[in-house]
Amino acid sequence: VKVLLFPTCLPDLFYPAAVQAAERVLARAGCTVEFRRKAVCCGQPAWNSGHVAEARRVASGALAALAGSAPIISCSGSCSSMIHEYWPELFAGTKWEPAAADAAHRVREFSAFVADELGVESLGPARLPQPTVAGYHDSCHMMRMLGISDAPRKLLAHIEGLELRDLATPTRCCGFGGTFSIRYPEVSAAMCDEKVDDIAESEIDVLVASDLGCLMHICGRADARGMPVRGSHVAEILDEALGRT
Amino acid sequence: MIKETEGRKRGEEAGERYDYSDGFAARARVSLADPKLRGAVALTSDNKVEVRAQVMMSLKDPEGLQDLAAELRDAVLARLDEHLERLADNWEARGGRVFFAADAAEARDYICSLARKHSARVAVKSKSMASEEIGLNQALAAQGIEAVETDLGEWIVQLAGEHPSHIVTPALHKTKDDVARLFSEVAGERLPEGARALTSFARERLRQKFLDADMGVSGVNFGVSSAGAICTVTNEGNARMCTSLPRIHIALMGMERVVGTWGELGVMLALLGRSATGQKITQYTNVLSGPRRASEIDGPDESHLVILDNGRSRVLGTRYQSALRCIRCGACLNVCPVFRQVGGHAYDPVYSGPIGAVINPLLRDDPQAAELAHASTLCGACTEACPVRIPLHDHLVRLRQDYARKEAGRLEHLAYSSWARAWSSATGFEAFARLNTAVGSMSRFASRKGIPVPFLSRWTKERSLPGFPPSSYRRLRSGVGGLGRRTPESSED
Repeated sequence: VKVLLFPTCLPDLFYPAAVQAAERVLARAGCTVEFRRKAVCCGQPAWNSGHVAEARRVASGALAALAGSAPIISCSGSCSSMIHEYWPELFAGTKWEPAAADAAHRVREFSAFVADELGVESLGPARLPQPTVAGYHDSCHMMRMLGISDAPRKLLAHIEGLELRDLATPTRCCGFGGTFSIRYPEVSAAMCDEKVDDIAESEIDVLVASDLGCLMHICGRADARGMPVRGSHVAEILDEALGRT
Repeated sequence: MIKETEGRKRGEEAGERYDYSDGFAARARVSLADPKLRGAVALTSDNKVEVRAQVMMSLKDPEGLQDLAAELRDAVLARLDEHLERLADNWEARGGRVFFAADAAEARDYICSLARKHSARVAVKSKSMASEEIGLNQALAAQGIEAVETDLGEWIVQLAGEHPSHIVTPALHKTKDDVARLFSEVAGERLPEGARALTSFARERLRQKFLDADMGVSGVNFGVSSAGAICTVTNEGNARMCTSLPRIHIALMGMERVVGTWGELGVMLALLGRSATGQKITQYTNVLSGPRRASEIDGPDESHLVILDNGRSRVLGTRYQSALRCIRCGACLNVCPVFRQVGGHAYDPVYSGPIGAVINPLLRDDPQAAELAHASTLCGACTEACPVRIPLHDHLVRLRQDYARKEAGRLEHLAYSSWARAWSSATGFEAFARLNTAVGSMSRFASRKGIPVPFLSRWTKERSLPGFPPSSYRRLRSGVGGLGRRTPESSED
């Protein structure tokens, strides 16, 4: 299967290792992974701030670059939902409208694509050398807009040596919210503190998520409070486990 | 010892905790610095969310019923003028009077002039957010009329001189201790802290007010247009007293709060009780259809229905129309992770939480209201909880578009247009990526040393920066966008 890997801006800039891991996992499952340089950003930062023209300007670059019939795989639940839920609205009434509808149809969140379309069996065995307790944080857009919450857990359940432990409130927002985090830093941090406390009480070794924005926020806050949390994109821990078998 | 009527005045001092001429951030800070308030809000919200989830399960098809409710609300909104006319005609046919108030001032003036006409001295009120919206208590006080809130929560916030912090449970932000202290001050003696003692104190005080009152003011949960009736729901029975004991009853209804038939009312009540308080049905469901008739032994001499527009009709026919479906259950507040931290007062004196962030800017044209669209992470928990399927987080995004057009400063526009210029091409983004790598390591150094980097400091004052990788993914993948060598790209179409 040929797939277009759309890293999206934040992972591309700050978490290249996670994108590389996703690329390896996809390849392991038999995909031909293509990266298109002109696909930069889904436009969400501007869209969520109400700057529509700017969102369209940025997203149209990605839309053009991601042309074709192959599934578009994003390592961000949030960017996937931007494309799936809002690109049709963003490009409505423009020449890009049909292409946007098509992209909305082709976009797949990484873990949902691997777990539900490729199937975990396509990965072969996965094992971590050290017994590891992981907690999974549901990112809001992925869970509520795309309705994906089982897929990443299926991938984690596939890993031998990994115990998945439920957080007390895995579905409560971490307080990131993109520009919300810098518009209202104190509120955002207070929200995150509950998440960090939840993680601390759960006594997990690693916090897994499908959105690096959430991980950047949670781990950043935890670190600032002097109680560091190890964060991992679901692709990273999966890749690590696959690499050992 | 304080007099009950002094509540507002006294509270104006307490009310100064929240400055509504200032921004959300400043008000949020007040709440964040109050661990007791945050504890009370979190505890009650959690409890509400839990009981709601349980009691929704008692419906045969909760999802289907919510879809139906949304459809029914939309159908009414599509023909709102007809429904209001029918409601008014039928209400008048039973001897009631109707006043259409275009705005808050008209509604206040009508109610105050009625009070003057009847030489009213005491008005008892059952819970009405619309009356908060028009500032009725203050208007009555200015006429020398004592307005007494009779919903326990409303009475508490009135005594404390505050605004309701939640549309269903106005004193959600207060603990039992707070209430015991407040009531003890009112009583002039130390009251025992148990809920029973406190409620019986309230009952005793309020009973006399009911008997003294010349006028009763109530809200309206729903008007039933085909029947010319209005419905109020409470758990304390106070609405019954307010609407039947005094000589004059005035019902204040937001113009969108209409259903067509008794059957539709049944659907709404099934969802309202469940969503608001986790009850299949509230303790009291009150249906009123005008003043006391000759054959009846109780009820008011006059029944006035004040139908309030105050910005609502402006929302009809716009992309925000679905916001008028709202049945004021407060479910969106209870699940909101922002509300959970800051409580209702940080938002607005009247409507708080996600629905407040949506309707305040729609009903009122002012920058403070407009800013509330940003007071959300867009997590969507509100939309998920809404029993009439209002896409609250989508409305917030749209309101941010309005905000960007009308309120955002030049700096914000400049920031987004520069960003768009850079990120709309691969070369621009890769230049940024190189800069990011360089600046990233410097700013990390700077922030470690406590040197404030503009903009970034809004992040670093609360969190550490992520580790800046030596190169971006795209550089690793195709050798572009890093600090070093460039190779022609391989996989471009």
